[in-house]
Amino acid sequence: MPQTDLIIHDEKDNVAVVVIDKIIKKQTCNGWIMENDKSITITSINEIPLGHKIALQDFKKGDTILKYGHDIGKVIKPIKKGDHVHVHNVKTKKW
Amino acid sequence: MLKLRSGENMEIPKSFLGYKRENGRAGTRNHVIILPVDDISNACAESVANNIKGTIALPHSYGRLQFGADLELHFRTMIGTGSNPNVAAVIVVGIEPKWTKKIVDGIAKTGKPVEGFHIERTGDIGTVMKASRKAQEFVMWASEKQREECPLSDLWISVKCGESDTTSGLAANPTVGNLMDKLEPLGVHLCFGETSELTGAETVCAKRGATPEASKKFMKVWNSYNNFILKEATDDLSESQPTAGNIAGGLTTIEEKAFGNFQKIGSCKFIDVLEPGEEPTKGKGLYFMDTSSAAAECVTLQAAAGFNIHLFPTGQGNIVGNPIEPVIKLTANPITVKGMGEHIDCDVSKILTREMNMSQAGDELIKSTIRVANGRLTCAEALGHKEFVMTKLYRSA
Repeated sequence: MPQTDLIIHDEKDNVAVVVIDKIIKKQTCNGWIMENDKSITITSINEIPLGHKIALQDFKKGDTILKYGHDIGKVIKPIKKGDHVHVHNVKTKKW
Repeated sequence: MLKLRSGENMEIPKSFLGYKRENGRAGTRNHVIILPVDDISNACAESVANNIKGTIALPHSYGRLQFGADLELHFRTMIGTGSNPNVAAVIVVGIEPKWTKKIVDGIAKTGKPVEGFHIERTGDIGTVMKASRKAQEFVMWASEKQREECPLSDLWISVKCGESDTTSGLAANPTVGNLMDKLEPLGVHLCFGETSELTGAETVCAKRGATPEASKKFMKVWNSYNNFILKEATDDLSESQPTAGNIAGGLTTIEEKAFGNFQKIGSCKFIDVLEPGEEPTKGKGLYFMDTSSAAAECVTLQAAAGFNIHLFPTGQGNIVGNPIEPVIKLTANPITVKGMGEHIDCDVSKILTREMNMSQAGDELIKSTIRVANGRLTCAEALGHKEFVMTKLYRSA
């Protein structure tokens, strides 16, 4: 089994979590979907540290981020597939 | 996650070794506690515990001039703590006789030895002497109690997570969920709380009510919390939820934090919603309790409701303990295991490298839980963590 770089909770999710120390620019990452035990690969755009998220698709402003199969916030700046997803481009819908 | 929960599971032990109590409950510990009714009785209670080895004082900051629901919660927490089956016998010390007696009478309903002492007209020194004599009698009596085989259903397991990061939602919290899925059918009592940190997952959580009444009661409690937040907030709450530590760990929004938190209940449904510190009365199964998300406050309330063992998943490394309810820590964060391993009872970091699946992690946690129930000290106990923190609803009169 190749090293798992990313874990995805649910097959509906459009972001994955980095589970190695960090991924570097233009790294081909192996992702594992916990819910159905399937695998994916994706190429990163930037360096992303352990515990942080990577975009599995392109997003435009106003799109919804799905994790655990659920809405966890809205996109506030366009995001490219392979990009770092965090507080600089995603915000809560609660406040 | 169903696929991961099936497969080769270990056989779950049917019993543990606990202390059988007068009211039919079982304890995982055999404490004799010295319980101050109020802040000004702490010194006396601590002197008694210092005199009589093997007893433990539970100092706290409140108990004077409280009123209404806040006072009721104070009494519920005091009486509940003394009534917890992990406690063999109780000495209650208060400044005046009336509230002292109220707490003694509440604890006495369990049938366990309890005696109250008040300081007015006697002073600290005379009270310490009288209470110490009784404490000595109690602790020597309790020391002869033996552990006996108790059915697993005598475990009342509470859960709360803290210092969370994305590894909590990925692995440590679902490990607790896996344990719940396996132990719930065996008749244990289970409890989760943290009203504030379910924000974003509240409607999904409400759907986990076993009955429409339970769901409705949950939404009422959550709405009441949310209205309070909206009223008191002076700024965008994005500044404090998630916290700076959460954000550094990769958590982006309160919704993401909440769905991670929510993994702790696995696929269980909650049968009732409890007031803070309220004892469950609807039998075996999962309960939601309205609590703060501050670790020590939450665990203190769950212990006061009668829960006798606690599971605490952490990401960045919360170190909380409780004087009467053993707190078992687990983490999936390899950096936390490496840097502060003396606080971690159960390491599930191999989930992230896929050397361990969720079901194996759940089994490991069940093993840790039963060892601690049988008497193995938790890291928090060995390190002397005894955080006893009363929840206060509003300021005193």
